[in-house]
Amino acid sequence: MLEWWEGFWATYSAVVYGIGVNAMLALSIYVTLSCGLLSLANAAFMGIGAYAAAMISMQSGLPFPLALTAGAILPALVALIIGIPTLRLSGVYLAMATLGFGEVVRVIVLNMEVTGGPMGLNGIPLKTEFWHIALLLALTLYILGRIRRSKIGRAFEAIKADEVAARLMGVNVPAYKLFAFVLGAAIAGVAGGLNAHYTFTIGPNNYAFENAVDILTMAVFGGVSNLIGPTIGGTILTLLPEMLRYLKEFRLAINGLILIIVVLYLPNGIWDPRRIHAFWQRRKARKGH
Amino acid sequence: MLEQQLINALSLGSVYALFALGFTLIFGVLGVINLAHGAIFMLGSYSALLLVEKLALPLWLALLVAMLVAGTIGLVVDYLILRPLRARNVSHLIPMIATIGVAIMLTNLAQGLFGAENKRFPVGTIPEQSFNWGHLHLTELQIGIVGISVVLMVILLIVMRRTQLGRALRAIAESPRAAYLLGINVEGLFYLTSFAAAALGGAAGVLVGLSFNAISPFMGQPMLHKGIAVIILGGMGDIRGAMIGGLFLGFAEVLTVAYISSDFRDAVAFGLLFLILLVKPSGMFGKVLERKA
Repeated sequence: MLEWWEGFWATYSAVVYGIGVNAMLALSIYVTLSCGLLSLANAAFMGIGAYAAAMISMQSGLPFPLALTAGAILPALVALIIGIPTLRLSGVYLAMATLGFGEVVRVIVLNMEVTGGPMGLNGIPLKTEFWHIALLLALTLYILGRIRRSKIGRAFEAIKADEVAARLMGVNVPAYKLFAFVLGAAIAGVAGGLNAHYTFTIGPNNYAFENAVDILTMAVFGGVSNLIGPTIGGTILTLLPEMLRYLKEFRLAINGLILIIVVLYLPNGIWDPRRIHAFWQRRKARKGH
Repeated sequence: MLEQQLINALSLGSVYALFALGFTLIFGVLGVINLAHGAIFMLGSYSALLLVEKLALPLWLALLVAMLVAGTIGLVVDYLILRPLRARNVSHLIPMIATIGVAIMLTNLAQGLFGAENKRFPVGTIPEQSFNWGHLHLTELQIGIVGISVVLMVILLIVMRRTQLGRALRAIAESPRAAYLLGINVEGLFYLTSFAAAALGGAAGVLVGLSFNAISPFMGQPMLHKGIAVIILGGMGDIRGAMIGGLFLGFAEVLTVAYISSDFRDAVAFGLLFLILLVKPSGMFGKVLERKA
Protein backbone atom coordinates (compact mmCIF):
# COMPACT_ATOMS: atom_id res chain seq x y z
CA MET A 1 0.00 0.00 0.00
CA LEU A 2 2.72 2.41 1.04
CA GLU A 3 4.74 1.53 -2.02
CA TRP A 4 1.74 2.08 -4.27
CA TRP A 5 1.18 5.43 -2.62
CA GLU A 6 4.79 6.47 -3.12
CA GLY A 7 4.64 5.54 -6.77
CA PHE A 8 1.36 7.36 -7.20
CA TRP A 9 2.65 10.47 -5.45
CA ALA A 10 5.86 10.52 -7.46
CA THR A 11 3.83 10.51 -10.69
CA TYR A 12 0.89 12.65 -9.74
CA SER A 13 2.08 15.09 -7.06
CA ALA A 14 2.46 17.79 -9.72
CA VAL A 15 -1.19 17.25 -10.70
CA VAL A 16 -2.32 17.53 -7.08
CA TYR A 17 -0.24 20.71 -6.64
CA GLY A 18 -1.73 21.98 -9.89
CA ILE A 19 -5.25 21.50 -8.56
CA GLY A 20 -4.52 23.69 -5.55
CA VAL A 21 -2.80 26.40 -7.55
CA ASN A 22 -5.48 26.45 -10.25
CA ALA A 23 -8.23 26.59 -7.64
CA MET A 24 -6.54 29.66 -6.16
CA LEU A 25 -6.26 31.24 -9.61
CA ALA A 26 -9.92 30.57 -10.33
CA LEU A 27 -10.77 32.16 -6.98
CA SER A 28 -8.62 35.17 -7.83
CA ILE A 29 -10.71 35.90 -10.90
CA TYR A 30 -13.88 35.10 -8.96
CA VAL A 31 -13.10 38.07 -6.69
CA THR A 32 -13.19 40.54 -9.56
CA LEU A 33 -16.14 38.82 -11.25
CA SER A 34 -18.15 38.98 -8.02
CA CYS A 35 -17.71 42.75 -8.21
CA GLY A 36 -18.91 42.78 -11.82
CA LEU A 37 -15.44 43.28 -13.31
CA LEU A 38 -14.19 41.10 -16.15
CA SER A 39 -10.43 41.41 -15.66
CA LEU A 40 -8.10 39.20 -17.68
CA ALA A 41 -4.91 40.42 -16.00
CA ASN A 42 -4.70 37.58 -13.50
CA ALA A 43 -2.22 35.53 -15.52
CA ALA A 44 0.07 38.56 -15.59
CA PHE A 45 -0.32 39.07 -11.83
CA MET A 46 0.44 35.38 -11.35
CA GLY A 47 3.58 35.90 -13.41
CA ILE A 48 4.67 38.96 -11.46
CA GLY A 49 4.18 37.03 -8.21
CA ALA A 50 6.02 34.00 -9.54
CA TYR A 51 9.00 36.03 -10.75
CA ALA A 52 9.17 38.09 -7.57
CA ALA A 53 9.07 35.04 -5.28
CA ALA A 54 11.44 32.99 -7.42
CA MET A 55 14.02 35.77 -7.73
CA ILE A 56 14.00 36.33 -3.97
CA SER A 57 14.47 32.60 -3.35
CA MET A 58 17.28 32.32 -5.87
CA GLN A 59 19.24 35.48 -5.11
CA SER A 60 18.86 35.84 -1.37
CA GLY A 61 18.64 33.36 1.44
CA LEU A 62 15.32 34.68 2.67
CA PRO A 63 12.86 32.05 3.93
CA PHE A 64 10.04 30.79 1.71
CA PRO A 65 7.16 32.55 3.54
CA LEU A 66 8.87 35.91 2.96
CA ALA A 67 9.33 35.12 -0.73
CA LEU A 68 5.64 34.24 -1.01
CA THR A 69 4.67 37.42 0.80
CA ALA A 70 6.66 39.42 -1.70
CA GLY A 71 4.91 37.40 -4.39
CA ALA A 72 1.60 38.70 -3.04
CA ILE A 73 2.63 42.30 -2.39
CA LEU A 74 4.31 43.15 -5.67
CA PRO A 75 1.35 42.20 -7.92
CA ALA A 76 -0.99 43.94 -5.47
CA LEU A 77 1.08 47.14 -5.79
CA VAL A 78 1.08 46.89 -9.58
CA ALA A 79 -2.68 46.30 -9.49
CA LEU A 80 -3.10 49.39 -7.33
CA ILE A 81 -1.14 51.52 -9.80
CA ILE A 82 -2.76 50.31 -13.02
CA GLY A 83 -6.17 49.81 -11.40
CA ILE A 84 -6.80 53.50 -10.72
CA PRO A 85 -6.91 54.53 -14.38
CA THR A 86 -8.06 51.18 -15.82
CA LEU A 87 -11.07 50.46 -13.64
CA ARG A 88 -12.91 53.44 -15.07
CA LEU A 89 -13.54 51.19 -18.06
CA SER A 90 -16.44 48.81 -18.01
CA GLY A 91 -17.44 45.50 -19.54
CA VAL A 92 -15.62 44.41 -22.66
CA TYR A 93 -13.34 47.47 -22.62
CA LEU A 94 -11.92 46.49 -19.24
CA ALA A 95 -11.40 42.92 -20.46
CA MET A 96 -9.44 44.19 -23.46
CA ALA A 97 -7.39 46.69 -21.45
CA THR A 98 -6.39 44.06 -18.91
CA LEU A 99 -5.58 41.68 -21.74
CA GLY A 100 -3.36 44.39 -23.22
CA PHE A 101 -1.69 44.94 -19.86
CA GLY A 102 -0.96 41.21 -19.63
CA GLU A 103 0.67 41.18 -23.04
CA VAL A 104 2.79 44.25 -22.22
CA VAL A 105 3.98 42.56 -19.02
CA ARG A 106 4.89 39.44 -20.98
CA VAL A 107 6.96 41.39 -23.51
CA ILE A 108 8.72 43.40 -20.79
CA VAL A 109 9.65 40.19 -18.92
CA LEU A 110 10.76 38.67 -22.22
CA ASN A 111 13.22 41.51 -22.80
CA MET A 112 14.60 42.06 -19.33
CA GLU A 113 18.00 40.79 -18.21
CA VAL A 114 17.19 40.04 -14.57
CA THR A 115 14.25 37.82 -15.48
CA GLY A 116 16.35 35.68 -17.78
CA GLY A 117 14.61 36.94 -20.92
CA PRO A 118 13.00 34.30 -23.12
CA MET A 119 14.82 31.52 -21.24
CA GLY A 120 13.06 32.44 -18.03
CA LEU A 121 14.37 31.42 -14.63
CA ASN A 122 15.85 27.98 -14.17
CA GLY A 123 16.80 26.13 -11.03
CA ILE A 124 14.24 27.64 -8.70
CA PRO A 125 14.61 25.79 -5.36
CA LEU A 126 11.84 23.23 -4.82
CA LYS A 127 10.29 24.56 -1.65
CA THR A 128 6.55 24.12 -2.12
CA GLU A 129 5.10 21.25 -0.16
CA PHE A 130 1.60 19.89 -0.23
CA TRP A 131 0.59 21.45 3.06
CA HIS A 132 1.70 24.91 1.90
CA ILE A 133 -0.77 24.76 -0.95
CA ALA A 134 -3.54 23.22 1.15
CA LEU A 135 -3.07 25.81 3.88
CA LEU A 136 -3.00 28.80 1.54
CA LEU A 137 -6.00 27.54 -0.43
CA ALA A 138 -7.92 27.08 2.84
CA LEU A 139 -6.84 30.54 3.96
CA THR A 140 -7.99 32.05 0.66
CA LEU A 141 -11.36 30.32 0.95
CA TYR A 142 -11.72 31.45 4.56
CA ILE A 143 -10.89 35.10 3.82
CA LEU A 144 -13.12 35.21 0.74
CA GLY A 145 -15.93 33.52 2.69
CA ARG A 146 -15.67 36.13 5.43
CA ILE A 147 -15.60 38.96 2.89
CA ARG A 148 -18.65 37.54 1.13
CA ARG A 149 -20.74 37.83 4.26
CA SER A 150 -19.39 41.25 5.26
CA LYS A 151 -20.27 44.77 4.23
CA ILE A 152 -17.67 44.52 1.47
CA GLY A 153 -19.30 41.43 0.01
CA ARG A 154 -22.72 43.09 -0.01
CA ALA A 155 -21.20 46.11 -1.73
CA PHE A 156 -19.63 43.83 -4.38
CA GLU A 157 -23.01 42.22 -4.99
CA ALA A 158 -24.73 45.59 -5.30
CA ILE A 159 -22.12 46.83 -7.78
CA LYS A 160 -22.43 43.62 -9.81
CA ALA A 161 -26.22 43.89 -9.95
CA ASP A 162 -26.37 47.57 -10.90
CA GLU A 163 -23.44 49.91 -10.66
CA VAL A 164 -25.44 53.12 -10.98
CA ALA A 165 -27.96 52.06 -8.35
CA ALA A 166 -25.13 51.05 -6.01
CA ARG A 167 -23.52 54.46 -6.42
CA LEU A 168 -26.83 56.19 -5.68
CA MET A 169 -27.16 54.16 -2.49
CA GLY A 170 -23.86 55.61 -1.31
CA VAL A 171 -21.56 52.69 -2.14
CA ASN A 172 -18.07 53.95 -2.96
CA VAL A 173 -17.93 52.09 -6.26
CA PRO A 174 -14.36 52.97 -7.41
CA ALA A 175 -12.86 52.07 -4.02
CA TYR A 176 -14.58 48.68 -3.84
CA LYS A 177 -13.66 47.88 -7.42
CA LEU A 178 -10.04 48.75 -6.73
CA PHE A 179 -10.09 46.58 -3.61
CA ALA A 180 -11.44 43.60 -5.58
CA PHE A 181 -8.82 44.11 -8.29
CA VAL A 182 -5.92 44.35 -5.80
CA LEU A 183 -7.14 41.37 -3.75
CA GLY A 184 -7.47 39.26 -6.90
CA ALA A 185 -3.94 40.26 -7.93
CA ALA A 186 -2.53 39.27 -4.52
CA ILE A 187 -4.19 35.83 -4.62
CA ALA A 188 -2.98 35.23 -8.15
CA GLY A 189 0.52 36.33 -7.12
CA VAL A 190 0.64 33.85 -4.22
CA ALA A 191 -0.55 31.09 -6.56
CA GLY A 192 2.24 32.07 -8.96
CA GLY A 193 4.83 31.97 -6.18
CA LEU A 194 3.70 28.52 -5.07
CA ASN A 195 3.69 27.30 -8.65
CA ALA A 196 7.21 28.57 -9.35
CA HIS A 197 8.61 26.71 -6.34
CA TYR A 198 7.57 23.28 -7.54
CA THR A 199 7.99 23.55 -11.31
CA PHE A 200 11.74 24.32 -11.06
CA THR A 201 11.55 26.61 -14.09
CA ILE A 202 9.33 29.48 -15.24
CA GLY A 203 9.26 31.51 -18.44
CA PRO A 204 7.41 34.53 -19.82
CA ASN A 205 5.13 32.33 -21.94
CA ASN A 206 3.69 30.62 -18.87
CA TYR A 207 1.71 33.78 -18.17
CA ALA A 208 0.35 34.71 -21.59
CA PHE A 209 -3.08 35.21 -23.12
CA GLU A 210 -3.84 31.47 -23.14
CA ASN A 211 -3.27 31.26 -19.40
CA ALA A 212 -5.50 34.26 -18.74
CA VAL A 213 -8.19 32.53 -20.76
CA ASP A 214 -7.60 29.25 -18.91
CA ILE A 215 -8.10 30.96 -15.56
CA LEU A 216 -11.34 32.56 -16.71
CA THR A 217 -12.50 29.23 -18.11
CA MET A 218 -11.95 27.42 -14.83
CA ALA A 219 -13.98 29.99 -12.92
CA VAL A 220 -16.86 30.10 -15.39
CA PHE A 221 -16.86 26.32 -15.83
CA GLY A 222 -17.25 25.83 -12.09
CA GLY A 223 -19.69 28.69 -11.65
CA VAL A 224 -19.08 32.06 -10.05
CA SER A 225 -22.15 32.41 -7.88
CA ASN A 226 -20.22 31.15 -4.86
CA LEU A 227 -16.79 30.02 -3.66
CA ILE A 228 -17.25 26.30 -4.29
CA GLY A 229 -17.76 26.79 -8.02
CA PRO A 230 -14.30 28.16 -8.92
CA THR A 231 -12.63 25.60 -6.64
CA ILE A 232 -14.43 22.72 -8.36
CA GLY A 233 -13.84 24.29 -11.78
CA GLY A 234 -10.10 24.54 -11.13
CA THR A 235 -10.01 20.95 -9.91
CA ILE A 236 -11.93 19.43 -12.81
CA LEU A 237 -10.14 21.35 -15.53
CA THR A 238 -6.78 20.34 -14.05
CA LEU A 239 -7.78 16.68 -13.90
CA LEU A 240 -9.56 16.59 -17.27
CA PRO A 241 -6.46 16.68 -19.52
CA GLU A 242 -4.95 13.90 -17.38
CA MET A 243 -8.03 11.74 -17.69
CA LEU A 244 -8.32 12.37 -21.41
CA ARG A 245 -4.70 11.39 -21.96
CA TYR A 246 -5.68 8.29 -23.99
CA LEU A 247 -7.19 10.59 -26.63
CA LYS A 248 -3.66 11.81 -27.34
CA GLU A 249 -3.60 14.70 -29.76
CA PHE A 250 -7.33 15.34 -29.67
CA ARG A 251 -7.71 15.81 -25.94
CA LEU A 252 -7.67 19.60 -26.09
CA ALA A 253 -10.49 19.42 -28.63
CA ILE A 254 -12.58 17.52 -26.08
CA ASN A 255 -11.62 20.16 -23.54
CA GLY A 256 -13.00 22.85 -25.84
CA LEU A 257 -16.12 20.83 -26.54
CA ILE A 258 -16.82 20.38 -22.83
CA LEU A 259 -16.42 24.13 -22.36
CA ILE A 260 -18.97 24.80 -25.11
CA ILE A 261 -21.43 22.27 -23.72
CA VAL A 262 -21.20 23.71 -20.22
CA VAL A 263 -21.75 27.24 -21.52
CA LEU A 264 -24.73 26.12 -23.60
CA TYR A 265 -26.48 23.87 -21.12
CA LEU A 266 -25.24 24.97 -17.70
CA PRO A 267 -24.96 28.74 -18.05
CA ASN A 268 -24.24 29.21 -14.34
CA GLY A 269 -21.42 26.66 -14.28
CA ILE A 270 -21.50 23.10 -13.05
CA TRP A 271 -21.83 24.15 -9.40
CA ASP A 272 -25.14 25.98 -9.40
CA PRO A 273 -26.79 25.61 -5.98
CA ARG A 274 -30.21 26.66 -7.23
CA ARG A 275 -30.24 24.05 -9.98
CA ILE A 276 -28.93 21.33 -7.67
CA HIS A 277 -31.57 22.23 -5.10
CA ALA A 278 -34.33 22.13 -7.74
CA PHE A 279 -33.05 18.75 -8.92
CA TRP A 280 -33.32 17.23 -5.43
CA GLN A 281 -36.74 18.77 -4.91
CA ARG A 282 -37.99 17.14 -8.10
CA ARG A 283 -36.53 13.78 -7.11
CA LYS A 284 -38.16 13.98 -3.71
CA ALA A 285 -41.49 14.86 -5.28
CA ARG A 286 -41.25 11.91 -7.67
CA LYS A 287 -40.40 9.48 -4.86
CA GLY A 288 -43.32 10.75 -2.80
CA HIS A 289 -45.82 9.56 -5.39
CA MET B 1 14.93 53.05 -46.90
CA LEU B 2 11.84 54.63 -45.38
CA GLU B 3 9.84 54.21 -48.60
CA GLN B 4 10.57 50.47 -48.60
CA GLN B 5 9.41 50.20 -44.98
CA LEU B 6 6.22 52.04 -45.86
CA ILE B 7 5.45 49.57 -48.65
CA ASN B 8 5.97 46.63 -46.29
CA ALA B 9 3.83 48.37 -43.69
CA LEU B 10 1.04 48.92 -46.18
CA SER B 11 0.90 45.24 -47.08
CA LEU B 12 1.03 44.13 -43.43
CA GLY B 13 -1.48 46.75 -42.36
CA SER B 14 -4.01 45.86 -45.03
CA VAL B 15 -4.04 42.24 -43.88
CA TYR B 16 -4.55 43.36 -40.28
CA ALA B 17 -7.38 45.57 -41.47
CA LEU B 18 -9.01 42.72 -43.40
CA PHE B 19 -8.82 40.42 -40.40
CA ALA B 20 -10.12 43.06 -38.01
CA LEU B 21 -12.98 43.86 -40.36
CA GLY B 22 -14.66 40.50 -39.80
CA PHE B 23 -13.95 40.74 -36.10
CA THR B 24 -15.51 44.18 -35.78
CA LEU B 25 -18.46 43.24 -38.01
CA ILE B 26 -19.45 40.43 -35.63
CA PHE B 27 -19.06 42.68 -32.63
CA GLY B 28 -21.01 45.50 -34.25
CA VAL B 29 -23.96 43.42 -35.42
CA LEU B 30 -24.08 40.45 -33.03
CA GLY B 31 -22.47 42.13 -30.03
CA VAL B 32 -20.13 39.16 -29.56
CA ILE B 33 -16.36 39.20 -29.10
CA ASN B 34 -15.65 36.24 -31.34
CA LEU B 35 -12.41 34.75 -30.03
CA ALA B 36 -12.73 31.93 -32.58
CA HIS B 37 -12.01 34.41 -35.39
CA GLY B 38 -8.30 33.59 -35.23
CA ALA B 39 -8.99 29.86 -35.59
CA ILE B 40 -11.27 30.49 -38.57
CA PHE B 41 -8.51 32.62 -40.10
CA MET B 42 -6.12 29.68 -39.66
CA LEU B 43 -8.57 27.22 -41.25
CA GLY B 44 -8.98 29.57 -44.23
CA SER B 45 -5.25 29.37 -44.73
CA TYR B 46 -5.22 25.56 -44.55
CA SER B 47 -8.17 25.30 -46.96
CA ALA B 48 -6.30 27.28 -49.60
CA LEU B 49 -3.20 25.18 -49.05
CA LEU B 50 -5.09 21.91 -49.46
CA LEU B 51 -6.95 23.16 -52.54
CA VAL B 52 -3.72 24.18 -54.21
CA GLU B 53 -1.83 21.09 -53.11
CA LYS B 54 -4.39 18.30 -53.64
CA LEU B 55 -6.71 19.70 -56.32
CA ALA B 56 -4.13 21.89 -58.07
CA LEU B 57 -6.59 24.79 -58.20
CA PRO B 58 -5.26 28.14 -59.38
CA LEU B 59 -4.55 30.54 -56.54
CA TRP B 60 -7.44 32.97 -57.15
CA LEU B 61 -9.96 30.11 -57.19
CA ALA B 62 -8.41 28.60 -54.06
CA LEU B 63 -8.81 31.98 -52.36
CA LEU B 64 -12.50 32.14 -53.26
CA VAL B 65 -13.21 28.56 -52.16
CA ALA B 66 -11.23 29.09 -48.94
CA MET B 67 -13.42 32.11 -48.21
CA LEU B 68 -16.50 29.94 -48.76
CA VAL B 69 -15.14 27.24 -46.46
CA ALA B 70 -14.26 29.74 -43.72
CA GLY B 71 -17.64 31.42 -44.13
CA THR B 72 -19.43 28.09 -43.78
CA ILE B 73 -17.50 27.33 -40.59
CA GLY B 74 -18.53 30.72 -39.25
CA LEU B 75 -22.13 30.02 -40.17
CA VAL B 76 -22.11 26.61 -38.45
CA VAL B 77 -20.56 28.09 -35.30
CA ASP B 78 -23.24 30.75 -35.29
CA TYR B 79 -26.06 28.27 -35.83
CA LEU B 80 -24.90 25.69 -33.28
CA ILE B 81 -23.53 27.92 -30.54
CA LEU B 82 -24.31 31.62 -30.80
CA ARG B 83 -27.98 31.22 -31.83
CA PRO B 84 -29.05 29.26 -28.71
CA LEU B 85 -27.23 31.81 -26.55
CA ARG B 86 -28.96 34.72 -28.32
CA ALA B 87 -32.33 33.14 -27.62
CA ARG B 88 -31.47 33.07 -23.93
CA ASN B 89 -30.41 36.69 -23.64
CA VAL B 90 -27.23 36.05 -21.63
CA SER B 91 -24.50 38.53 -20.65
CA HIS B 92 -21.80 39.34 -23.21
CA LEU B 93 -19.30 37.26 -21.27
CA ILE B 94 -20.99 33.94 -22.02
CA PRO B 95 -20.82 33.92 -25.87
CA MET B 96 -17.20 35.07 -25.62
CA ILE B 97 -16.33 32.06 -23.47
CA ALA B 98 -18.18 29.76 -25.84
CA THR B 99 -16.05 31.07 -28.71
CA ILE B 100 -12.94 30.36 -26.62
CA GLY B 101 -14.11 26.74 -26.56
CA VAL B 102 -14.57 26.82 -30.33
CA ALA B 103 -11.08 28.26 -30.81
CA ILE B 104 -9.47 25.59 -28.62
CA MET B 105 -11.36 22.86 -30.45
CA LEU B 106 -10.64 24.06 -33.98
CA THR B 107 -6.96 24.70 -33.25
CA ASN B 108 -6.55 21.27 -31.72
CA LEU B 109 -8.42 19.54 -34.53
CA ALA B 110 -6.18 21.28 -37.07
CA GLN B 111 -3.14 20.19 -35.10
CA GLY B 112 -4.36 16.59 -35.05
CA LEU B 113 -5.29 16.54 -38.74
CA PHE B 114 -2.48 18.54 -40.30
CA GLY B 115 0.32 18.25 -37.74
CA ALA B 116 1.87 20.95 -35.57
CA GLU B 117 4.71 21.88 -37.93
CA ASN B 118 4.77 24.75 -40.41
CA LYS B 119 3.38 23.94 -43.88
CA ARG B 120 4.38 25.75 -47.05
CA PHE B 121 2.69 26.32 -50.37
CA PRO B 122 4.11 24.16 -53.21
CA VAL B 123 6.96 25.81 -55.08
CA GLY B 124 5.70 28.01 -57.90
CA THR B 125 2.31 28.78 -56.38
CA ILE B 126 3.25 32.15 -55.04
CA PRO B 127 3.81 34.84 -57.67
CA GLU B 128 7.41 35.85 -57.27
CA GLN B 129 7.78 38.50 -59.91
CA SER B 130 8.91 41.80 -58.52
CA PHE B 131 9.25 45.35 -59.68
CA ASN B 132 12.09 47.68 -58.90
CA TRP B 133 12.13 51.43 -59.03
CA GLY B 134 15.54 52.60 -58.03
CA HIS B 135 16.07 51.10 -54.59
CA LEU B 136 12.36 50.35 -54.12
CA HIS B 137 11.38 46.71 -54.21
CA LEU B 138 7.77 45.71 -54.74
CA THR B 139 6.60 42.12 -55.24
CA GLU B 140 3.58 40.99 -57.18
CA LEU B 141 2.40 39.27 -54.01
CA GLN B 142 2.42 42.55 -52.09
CA ILE B 143 0.41 44.24 -54.82
CA GLY B 144 -2.03 41.33 -54.77
CA ILE B 145 -2.42 41.45 -51.00
CA VAL B 146 -3.05 45.17 -50.90
CA GLY B 147 -5.32 44.98 -53.96
CA ILE B 148 -7.48 42.13 -52.68
CA SER B 149 -7.76 43.68 -49.22
CA VAL B 150 -8.76 47.04 -50.63
CA VAL B 151 -11.34 45.51 -52.98
CA LEU B 152 -12.94 43.47 -50.17
CA MET B 153 -12.97 46.47 -47.86
CA VAL B 154 -14.52 48.75 -50.46
CA ILE B 155 -17.22 46.17 -51.24
CA LEU B 156 -18.06 45.89 -47.56
CA LEU B 157 -18.08 49.63 -47.10
CA ILE B 158 -20.41 50.15 -50.06
CA VAL B 159 -22.75 47.42 -48.87
CA MET B 160 -22.90 48.90 -45.39
CA ARG B 161 -23.32 52.53 -46.46
CA ARG B 162 -25.26 52.45 -49.70
CA THR B 163 -27.59 49.46 -49.79
CA GLN B 164 -30.82 48.40 -48.15
CA LEU B 165 -28.97 45.42 -46.66
CA GLY B 166 -26.42 47.69 -45.03
CA ARG B 167 -29.17 49.89 -43.64
CA ALA B 168 -30.82 46.81 -42.11
CA LEU B 169 -27.51 45.70 -40.59
CA ARG B 170 -26.93 49.12 -39.09
CA ALA B 171 -30.45 49.05 -37.68
CA ILE B 172 -29.70 45.72 -36.00
CA ALA B 173 -26.44 47.09 -34.64
CA GLU B 174 -28.47 49.89 -33.07
CA SER B 175 -31.14 47.61 -31.59
CA PRO B 176 -32.02 44.07 -32.71
CA ARG B 177 -35.45 44.31 -31.10
CA ALA B 178 -36.41 47.53 -32.84
CA ALA B 179 -35.10 46.14 -36.13
CA TYR B 180 -37.24 43.05 -35.66
CA LEU B 181 -40.32 45.17 -35.04
CA LEU B 182 -39.60 47.05 -38.26
CA GLY B 183 -39.90 43.78 -40.15
CA ILE B 184 -36.19 43.11 -40.66
CA ASN B 185 -35.25 39.43 -40.81
CA VAL B 186 -32.87 39.77 -37.86
CA GLU B 187 -31.99 36.11 -37.46
CA GLY B 188 -31.23 35.72 -41.18
CA LEU B 189 -28.97 38.75 -41.14
CA PHE B 190 -27.13 37.41 -38.10
CA TYR B 191 -26.30 34.30 -40.12
CA LEU B 192 -25.25 36.41 -43.09
CA THR B 193 -23.01 38.52 -40.86
CA SER B 194 -21.36 35.47 -39.33
CA PHE B 195 -20.78 34.05 -42.79
CA ALA B 196 -19.36 37.27 -44.24
CA ALA B 197 -17.16 37.97 -41.22
CA ALA B 198 -15.69 34.47 -41.26
CA ALA B 199 -15.17 34.66 -45.04
CA LEU B 200 -13.20 37.90 -44.58
CA GLY B 201 -11.19 36.21 -41.83
CA GLY B 202 -10.51 33.27 -44.16
CA ALA B 203 -9.35 35.61 -46.91
CA ALA B 204 -6.96 37.28 -44.46
CA GLY B 205 -5.72 33.80 -43.54
CA VAL B 206 -4.92 32.93 -47.16
CA LEU B 207 -3.09 36.23 -47.69
CA VAL B 208 -1.04 35.88 -44.50
CA GLY B 209 -0.27 32.25 -45.38
CA LEU B 210 1.01 33.41 -48.77
CA SER B 211 3.00 36.36 -47.54
CA PHE B 212 4.89 34.49 -44.82
CA ASN B 213 4.62 31.13 -46.60
CA ALA B 214 4.22 29.38 -43.27
CA ILE B 215 0.92 27.86 -42.18
CA SER B 216 0.54 26.34 -38.74
CA PRO B 217 -2.37 25.53 -36.42
CA PHE B 218 -1.13 28.22 -34.04
CA MET B 219 -1.05 31.14 -36.48
CA GLY B 220 -4.51 32.30 -35.40
CA GLN B 221 -3.66 33.30 -31.85
CA PRO B 222 -1.15 36.10 -32.51
CA MET B 223 -3.42 37.40 -35.26
CA LEU B 224 -6.35 37.43 -32.83
CA HIS B 225 -4.29 39.60 -30.48
CA LYS B 226 -3.63 42.07 -33.28
CA GLY B 227 -7.30 41.99 -34.22
CA ILE B 228 -8.31 42.87 -30.67
CA ALA B 229 -5.85 45.75 -30.63
CA VAL B 230 -7.09 47.01 -34.01
CA ILE B 231 -10.76 47.07 -33.09
CA ILE B 232 -9.98 48.88 -29.87
CA LEU B 233 -7.87 51.40 -31.80
CA GLY B 234 -10.60 51.96 -34.35
CA GLY B 235 -13.54 51.79 -31.97
CA MET B 236 -15.44 48.55 -31.38
CA GLY B 237 -17.92 47.73 -34.10
CA ASP B 238 -16.68 50.57 -36.31
CA ILE B 239 -15.91 49.36 -39.84
CA ARG B 240 -14.03 52.41 -41.04
CA GLY B 241 -12.17 52.45 -37.73
CA ALA B 242 -11.05 48.83 -38.22
CA MET B 243 -9.57 49.66 -41.62
CA ILE B 244 -7.67 52.71 -40.43
CA GLY B 245 -6.72 50.96 -37.18
CA GLY B 246 -5.35 47.97 -39.12
CA LEU B 247 -3.22 50.15 -41.37
CA PHE B 248 -2.09 52.19 -38.39
CA LEU B 249 -0.98 49.06 -36.52
CA GLY B 250 0.88 47.81 -39.61
CA PHE B 251 2.80 51.08 -39.87
CA ALA B 252 3.45 51.25 -36.12
CA GLU B 253 4.85 47.71 -36.07
CA VAL B 254 7.05 48.05 -39.11
CA LEU B 255 8.46 51.37 -37.96
CA THR B 256 9.10 50.01 -34.47
CA VAL B 257 11.03 47.09 -35.89
CA ALA B 258 12.95 49.37 -38.25
CA TYR B 259 13.86 52.16 -35.86
CA ILE B 260 13.59 50.87 -32.30
CA SER B 261 13.95 47.13 -31.82
CA SER B 262 12.37 43.98 -33.17
CA ASP B 263 12.06 42.74 -29.59
CA PHE B 264 9.16 45.08 -29.00
CA ARG B 265 7.20 44.24 -32.12
CA ASP B 266 4.53 42.31 -30.22
CA ALA B 267 4.30 44.91 -27.49
CA VAL B 268 3.38 47.65 -29.98
CA ALA B 269 -0.16 46.42 -30.56
CA PHE B 270 -0.99 46.03 -26.92
CA GLY B 271 0.90 49.08 -25.78
CA LEU B 272 -1.18 51.13 -28.21
CA LEU B 273 -4.33 49.36 -27.07
CA PHE B 274 -3.59 50.07 -23.44
CA LEU B 275 -2.87 53.74 -24.12
CA ILE B 276 -5.94 54.25 -26.29
CA LEU B 277 -8.16 52.69 -23.66
CA LEU B 278 -6.82 54.96 -20.97
CA VAL B 279 -6.99 58.12 -23.03
CA LYS B 280 -9.98 57.55 -25.28
CA PRO B 281 -11.78 54.23 -24.63
CA SER B 282 -14.20 54.74 -27.49
CA GLY B 283 -11.37 54.34 -29.99
CA MET B 284 -9.83 56.89 -32.29
CA PHE B 285 -13.07 57.75 -34.07
CA GLY B 286 -15.85 56.37 -31.92
CA LYS B 287 -18.29 57.88 -29.54
CA VAL B 288 -18.99 56.03 -26.34
CA LEU B 289 -22.48 55.28 -25.18
CA GLU B 290 -22.87 54.89 -21.46
CA ARG B 291 -25.81 54.92 -19.15
CA LYS B 292 -25.30 57.87 -16.86
CA ALA B 293 -28.22 57.40 -14.52
